[in-house]
Amino acid sequence: MSLTPIAAPADERGLATPVARRSFLRYSGASLAIGGLLLAGCDDDDDTNTNPTLLDVGTGDIGVLNYAYALEQLEAAFYARVASGATGSYYAGANATEKAILNDLRDHEAIHAAFFKQALGSAAIKALEVDFSGIDFNQRTTAAGSAKMGVLNAAMAFEDLGVAAYNGAGRFITNVDYLTLAGKIVSVEARHAAVIRELITTNSFVASDVVNTTTTGTEKSKRPPVVLQTANQFLAAGSKLSANSFA
Amino acid sequence: MDLFQIIDDIAKVDTEVYDRFDSRRAVFRNFLGYGKKVTATAIPLAVSSLFNKAYGQTSALPQIVIDTLNLALQLEYLEKYFYQTALASNILNAEQRDAFTIILNDENLHIATLRGVLQGSAIADPTRSGFDYTGSQNKRRAALFPTLGGTTDPTTGNFTSVADVLTLGQQVVDTGVRAYKGGAANLITQKDILETALNIHSVEARHVARIRSFRRGGIQSATAPKSWITPDETTATPTLPNNGVPGAPAAVGPYVAGTPAAKFPAENNVMQGLTPFDVQALTPTGGSATAGAEAFDEPLDAVTVKAIAKNFAADPAALFN
Repeated sequence: MSLTPIAAPADERGLATPVARRSFLRYSGASLAIGGLLLAGCDDDDDTNTNPTLLDVGTGDIGVLNYAYALEQLEAAFYARVASGATGSYYAGANATEKAILNDLRDHEAIHAAFFKQALGSAAIKALEVDFSGIDFNQRTTAAGSAKMGVLNAAMAFEDLGVAAYNGAGRFITNVDYLTLAGKIVSVEARHAAVIRELITTNSFVASDVVNTTTTGTEKSKRPPVVLQTANQFLAAGSKLSANSFA
Repeated sequence: MDLFQIIDDIAKVDTEVYDRFDSRRAVFRNFLGYGKKVTATAIPLAVSSLFNKAYGQTSALPQIVIDTLNLALQLEYLEKYFYQTALASNILNAEQRDAFTIILNDENLHIATLRGVLQGSAIADPTRSGFDYTGSQNKRRAALFPTLGGTTDPTTGNFTSVADVLTLGQQVVDTGVRAYKGGAANLITQKDILETALNIHSVEARHVARIRSFRRGGIQSATAPKSWITPDETTATPTLPNNGVPGAPAAVGPYVAGTPAAKFPAENNVMQGLTPFDVQALTPTGGSATAGAEAFDEPLDAVTVKAIAKNFAADPAALFN
């Protein structure tokens, strides 16, 4: 039996050392708390309240809506760039079916982003500057050995992230009408995700990287700080986000 | 907070506290698997669930939560036996077969998950014979889909038309997505249950996106239906009888309004927000005329969901009440 601390210093309770049997039950029976405590002891660069260059999404329902607005901005900017044809050769050479799908996604995400901007009014966060330098707009899918994502792989990542994000943010919403609103959008994102996945790999629409296919059959939702760790990779300096109220 | 000190303190009054967390054998399963899922941010949840598990201190669920989850559970059984029968009928091609097998596995897990939350409050398994996918309600009336069970014994019969399987499958799962969406509001006080329901809801949406792709002849087909709901489906899809459910609209279906219609509009709705405005107007220049309606799915109220689902119960009085 071995406990693998996650980047934690040697623990003063001696978890790396052999323990007496009774103590073993005490530690392992509370394994989930141990995992949490070890992680709490981490001093991870991303897990910070003090980085002055991160823009926080805010608190309360408005904070959740701004969080959603930020992610929709990211998606809208991505598909706008894909479908403009001005960036990269994949879209220009894509077949009619894939063009039509990407056009629809461009339209839907633009509508989602514009919707939140209008609904939030003066409470809306700023227009975010994106960074898609990690995406190769010439490639339909990620080329073997390439450091850059292909267009469909990036689309899949954004859609899956959006679904996990909405589902993981639901618990922070206090106004039931906002909860319903989020629900109206997340199922469309899930439809998007399934279609993009099928374009890449047959019958991957609910693959185990995004759905727990062994015990619950549920989407693997993510809390806002976890989502933003990924989203921030596609946001330029000055537009990277934090969600300190929604840990 | 010193968790270990707390446990030690409890041990002073309950010498068996350690055993309550896990039997010795179960320790290894949870030890190896559960700890990995925890993040620092989930500590309060982890600790409270740890003690809930130890002492069974789960407080009774509010009735609205029980009712919402039981309606979801009945819909999951409707889906489960639908997919099971479709597979047993041996009419699907290999790609459809693989997809339906994947979906059926998810539905079985959804059932297990919902039953795990509901415990003794869960409705009984209706079994295959609790459903009649022809819509004849076990020969009480003319079949809506005679190929989906035949006319001799429609509660046990196999399916003979792939097109009808896909058509009803799409309608049932789109209804399920609307039902979960409408029911989420009832779960707002139970954060973990809410998140679980949202996480089922999105998986069902992925399922129906796939089914729709089969209906159009494959993921590379450019014909209808799209994997997102298009506004024409609201007017083009035949509606279903409402089975006399009190308060249900006269005509019900997966793409038309529920009740009240203002809160549960038809799927071709484009007015969104707490102070509604037209989202079609937000479509980019050169974009599609249907994007506004497609970009938002609509919830459905429990009354209307029941009215729809009763069409596929063998005994409309026995289910979806």
